[in-house]
Amino acid sequence: MTQLIGLYSYWVVIVLMMAGLYIMIARYNLVKKVIGLGLFQTSIFYLYITMGKVEGGTAPILVEGKELVYSNPLPHVLILTAIVVGVATSAVALALIVRIHETYGSIEEDEIKDIEAMEPDA
Amino acid sequence: MTEQLPALQILITMLAAPVCVLVRHAKVSWAIAFGANVFAFWVAWQLLLQVQDTGAIRYALGGWAAPTGIEYYIDTVNAAIVMLVAGISSVVLLYAYSSVSKAIPKAKHYLFYAAWLLCVTGLMGIVITGDAFNVFVFLEVSSLATYMLISFGDDRRALTASFRYLILGSVGASFILIGIGFLYAATGTLNMIDLAERIPDSQSQRAVLVAFSFITIGVLIKAAVFPLHAWLPNAYTYAPVAVTAFLAGTATKVSLYVLLRFFFSVFGEDYSFGQLFLNGILLPAAIGGFLLMSLVAVFQTDLRRMLAYSSVAQIGYIVAGFSMASQAGLAAGIVHIVNHALIKASLFMAVGCIIYRVGHAHIPSLDNLFKRMPFTCVAFMLSGAGLIGIPLTVGFVSKFTLIGAAMDEGWWLLAALILISSLLAVIYIGRVVEIMLFRQSREGGQASTGMAEAPLSMLIPMYALVIVALYFGIYGSETLGVANEAALQLLGGFK
Repeated sequence: MTQLIGLYSYWVVIVLMMAGLYIMIARYNLVKKVIGLGLFQTSIFYLYITMGKVEGGTAPILVEGKELVYSNPLPHVLILTAIVVGVATSAVALALIVRIHETYGSIEEDEIKDIEAMEPDA
Repeated sequence: MTEQLPALQILITMLAAPVCVLVRHAKVSWAIAFGANVFAFWVAWQLLLQVQDTGAIRYALGGWAAPTGIEYYIDTVNAAIVMLVAGISSVVLLYAYSSVSKAIPKAKHYLFYAAWLLCVTGLMGIVITGDAFNVFVFLEVSSLATYMLISFGDDRRALTASFRYLILGSVGASFILIGIGFLYAATGTLNMIDLAERIPDSQSQRAVLVAFSFITIGVLIKAAVFPLHAWLPNAYTYAPVAVTAFLAGTATKVSLYVLLRFFFSVFGEDYSFGQLFLNGILLPAAIGGFLLMSLVAVFQTDLRRMLAYSSVAQIGYIVAGFSMASQAGLAAGIVHIVNHALIKASLFMAVGCIIYRVGHAHIPSLDNLFKRMPFTCVAFMLSGAGLIGIPLTVGFVSKFTLIGAAMDEGWWLLAALILISSLLAVIYIGRVVEIMLFRQSREGGQASTGMAEAPLSMLIPMYALVIVALYFGIYGSETLGVANEAALQLLGGFK
């Protein structure tokens, strides 16, 4: 029981991850798919940050003459990179959706599939 | 200067990309991109020579030594693959000049070449780095550039193909990120050499197992291994043909290299294949890939889509070689990475020549094309023969070593299935050749318009690859020698 509550942070990760994955699979709207992808990626950021947490730890700054307990800063740095990558991915995805909307007049996957089915083979 | 080569490998193409965006000029940005790629090829060649001479290179980026900083680790395996990536990219860029100027509006050319440079940078970075997190970063650099390159296609379906690849590719990359996170949690390091040392003694073997599963699935998506290949056929069909030729020769091959690196160097052969029985997953995927996808390729009406399915099938052969986890099997897989890259890039270049003149790649309407475009058709047939595996072509070298390796293992059924799938390749290539050569054109068909070859600037790079492939087909021992050395190094782990 203590494990269940003590590791609640990981449960949040699992719920967010599965929600994101479900949205990507179950929704036809392309913007919603991007939202699902964002949720999925955010859950990974959360996983890394949780991993680096040390109980009672503070920011990793040296203080003279004091032994400090500090959280592992490396996952934070890694996740900064991953956040930038995530933002870039969302930007490219949204740009593509704008172009898809311009050429197809729809951002619903099932409608786009119907339009594509009418086009000749290529 | 020579000790800084590993950094130069990445930096030149990376810095050339923003320069292309700043000059905003179609021809100049092409020249910059081409120059940077040729330079990268030269660097890779020097690195391969150096590695063969002195053994593996460990390069501390920015002077920060391994546990703190990012390390580049270069041995025969990745030096050869970097050289392949830079080489294919240079040749296809030369070809792209004419092909792209017809397919893409001129105002967008500089962006196209900038994206191309970033894509090459990412691909070479994935291969050359010795840091697990760095693999993810470069993977995303190359993937984002790839989504952009695919969406340059003139058919509007290129946009949906690119979007689908973006969703699947991002999920794959995120899986790799999760896996790397678990590895870090289990071992406290991101450096591949340290990871390989600490994984066997890690206190949390369950975290290692989870990491292994996530990384495997993530990379299999990026490598388009059957049945995780859903993004590939549309992306290859609707992207500009020059991009398809480039991606078919490099992108999936780089992902396969990541697979090799993690299975054999980081986790180790004992763990991946001994404890986890990985070939129970890889072998069915490989067999399903090369049998089913070859069969699907037979029924395609678009030449690009047919070759795309054939690509998934060929990836199946490579994975089949890996799944043996023996030196001969690995060498067969590695040699086929190189050989298939050469074959498929030149085949897609031939398709690009056809599209340049005819305007489409609809197989039934290519009747009597040989009269009109003899050089393109000959190149297509030579590379097609390589795809089938006719003796004296590179495909024969790969299949011969692969079947030999399967027999060494006593996997007779696999050897038989490879032969059956080669027969399917005879059908789908032969069908196209039959239409090109012998089918009488209907009235007003191709023959009546007289000869109209693609421009020399497209034919020369295409023939360059065809001739390199022929050379390696006849002197197969050269590539096989490097592949054998690479396989030995992979099985031996990090030194």
